[in-house]
Amino acid sequence: MNDHDTLGERLAQQGVSRRAFLKFCTAMASLMALPPGSANAIAEALIKAKRPSVIWLSFQECTGCTESLTRSYSPTLENMIFDMISLDYHHTLQAASGYGAEKSRQDAMENFFGKYLLVVDGSIPLKDNGIYSTIAGRTNLDLLQDVAKGAAAVIAVGTCAAFGGIPNAKPNPTGAVAVSNIIKDKPIINISGCPPIPAVITGVLAHYLTFGSLPELDELGRPKSYYGETIHDRCYRRPFYDQGKFAKSFDDEGARNGWCLFELGCKGPTTHNACATTKWNGGTSFPIESGHGCLGCSEPHFWDAGSFYSALSMPASPLKLATGGAVAGAAVGIGASVANRMKKNAAKSAHETSTIADLEK
Amino acid sequence: MKLPGNNLKDIPVKTDNAEEYSVGNIRALQAEIAACLEKLAETGETGIIDLNSLPFAPGEYEQLRQALGQGEVSARIEAIGPSEIIETRYPGVWWVTHYNVEGDIVADLIEISWIPEIMKSQPDDIRTGLELLRAQLDDALINDEVQQ
Repeated sequence: MNDHDTLGERLAQQGVSRRAFLKFCTAMASLMALPPGSANAIAEALIKAKRPSVIWLSFQECTGCTESLTRSYSPTLENMIFDMISLDYHHTLQAASGYGAEKSRQDAMENFFGKYLLVVDGSIPLKDNGIYSTIAGRTNLDLLQDVAKGAAAVIAVGTCAAFGGIPNAKPNPTGAVAVSNIIKDKPIINISGCPPIPAVITGVLAHYLTFGSLPELDELGRPKSYYGETIHDRCYRRPFYDQGKFAKSFDDEGARNGWCLFELGCKGPTTHNACATTKWNGGTSFPIESGHGCLGCSEPHFWDAGSFYSALSMPASPLKLATGGAVAGAAVGIGASVANRMKKNAAKSAHETSTIADLEK
Repeated sequence: MKLPGNNLKDIPVKTDNAEEYSVGNIRALQAEIAACLEKLAETGETGIIDLNSLPFAPGEYEQLRQALGQGEVSARIEAIGPSEIIETRYPGVWWVTHYNVEGDIVADLIEISWIPEIMKSQPDDIRTGLELLRAQLDDALINDEVQQ
């Protein structure tokens, strides 16, 4: 059997009924945030879809994005990888290694030139000629430019590939940049998040298969269906924000009542992602539901955007704010930091409630 | 000692009863369902609500279950994992939950229709079944002829 047959042919050979396929498409519609009644139309399109070749390149990354995908609950990885796409190169998942692995990438690039999808996770180091990250003796920059030439589109998975991410955080010792800083002549879709929601990764691939095109993107190159609204707008705690009910510390009555975490530094109002509805771990919950504010991990430079525990309405210089009342008369800087640490330790030993100012330093 | 498996359901987590906790999603959903049901009754137009796309507060999902209750029909489909179909206490309002083979929910819908789409036999499957039935009849005919 040809590895790149249509999905319909493949499913028919496996004895999958049309009802089962319709169920699958219903799940796909839900995954792609499309109207749930569109399952029949998706089925018609998908049944004729050719399985695209996918080359996945991992650069300066922690493998968290691949972990996210392989923990994808809906649909299962087996469905995605073996039925919907032909994953021809992924150096963490593939069985081949060394020259064999590089040859499978080269073969896919030649056989499907202009048609394959290139998925990238991780940022690309440029400093010192990109020597800080290499694969098979080639720099990430060299490999990316080479493989992108024949790609139909590039999917930048994770905040590192989309915006530079943590490697790009100050002082950015490797000169890390995003895919879009290097590739200028191909459509690029950014699926940001640290890691991105697995359903969003699979949903974008499913969209490409169904419609043969990339979904509509926002100004940062992210699919609008998942990044069109802020976490805050879709948060179940939003009504408390509107009522002015805020948790003031992580263990006060407001926190126990599930009130809004804005004053504890939640970045939900400025963060675009689907965590509040798609959720994590098979729809179990998401950080805010677990009692911690959103870190804003799907936004550019989230690591350098000030303390995770400063409210968005506070000035961007949290140290000065914290020193105001606590250490009046003391030298700003080291003195403030020591005083805050002392206060935190004193509160800890006295089993007092820690405040947001205590947590900052 | 039994070690926990790698399934979420195997992790012993105690959850508080959140029955009383609501941010108003249930009433809004009930109103939407009522509007869809009115359309179905008057024009025959069907509707589907994707529960995965809604920002439920903890406990609200269970509250919705209680609010809609269970009616006269329940069905189970086995197709790449089970699917549960329950007609709620409001005829024409169906709760359709699709699971994958690992038992995780892959789609969770409120379908407002005469009968959920997934319960209908599909034309392609009917044709395949017909071919199978005809082949069996042909085989039986040949066997009868051989025996005669």
